[in-house]
Amino acid sequence: MAVERFPVEASHILMFARSIGDSNPIYADESHAASTEVGSIIAPPTFAQASAQFDPDYFLRPKDGQKWFGSGGTASGTLVKEKADEDSDSEDEKSGSSAGGLHAEQHFTYHRHLRPGDVLTAETKPGESWEKESKRAGVLKFSESITEYRDQDGELVVTARGVGVVTEKVIEQ
Amino acid sequence: MGLNAEELNVGDSYSEVIVEDLTRTQIVQYAGASGDYNPVHSDEKFVTEVAGYPTVFAHGMLTMGMTGRMVTNYVGDGRLTYYGVRFVNQVWPGDTLTARAEVAEVREENGETLVDLAISTTNQDEQFVLTGNATARLN
Repeated sequence: MAVERFPVEASHILMFARSIGDSNPIYADESHAASTEVGSIIAPPTFAQASAQFDPDYFLRPKDGQKWFGSGGTASGTLVKEKADEDSDSEDEKSGSSAGGLHAEQHFTYHRHLRPGDVLTAETKPGESWEKESKRAGVLKFSESITEYRDQDGELVVTARGVGVVTEKVIEQ
Repeated sequence: MGLNAEELNVGDSYSEVIVEDLTRTQIVQYAGASGDYNPVHSDEKFVTEVAGYPTVFAHGMLTMGMTGRMVTNYVGDGRLTYYGVRFVNQVWPGDTLTARAEVAEVREENGETLVDLAISTTNQDEQFVLTGNATARLN
């Protein structure tokens, strides 16, 4: 993933803070923020993840003219149709991988906090990958990625490390 | 703002209920704000018939974001230098989550006084859904 332009905007910060149920005025109220040691509105600690909005290829966003794997007339716009002709109860169809994997870990190192007006770039590189056996979901395949967020001056502002997991089967509840 | 180093002791803790009766609407709200529209989080038909889960579930990042609110309420705004978590169990609509931070260490690094926190979030069945760590600057 590479994001060439991630403009950090006050309205996006406001919506993001609302979505995590955080009514802290540091995320919404400019005059309050000006009176604090921080000095201005900042973004909540996990906001960098919303760079997905600015990744042109982000696979978990429906795109104009492309089939989407969520439901429409059928349970899936893409996955089911191909498999429906085969065996609709096939194990593969029920595997966790049909959901594109799950998020296993996320880490952020803050060199400074993001503010409205920042224009970031994000560059992601693959990290390590490993496997583990689990009782509830079979073989787990983990893969790591490292994303560096840089500001308009080229300074590193946030380093993110994500770990995704693809499960062999749906996690037993 | 911020915590005072001389008032902190290893083992001190702080907790908050970060969500009561998590709604599907809040999960949709997070999808819209974050840009992660994976249908496992909002599409009942897809998640039950294709992915094979009992219903939709929250983004791990929603739980991390809500837990982050507890952390910043404790350490102060703009104080975090690190925040990292593992998602250890799924979070479902109807869940009530409590997030907790415990002081693991107070230390000096490059002329700054820092606190390392052990973070955990549990559901109404006292099952861990998230575990992690955070580091913040102290006064």
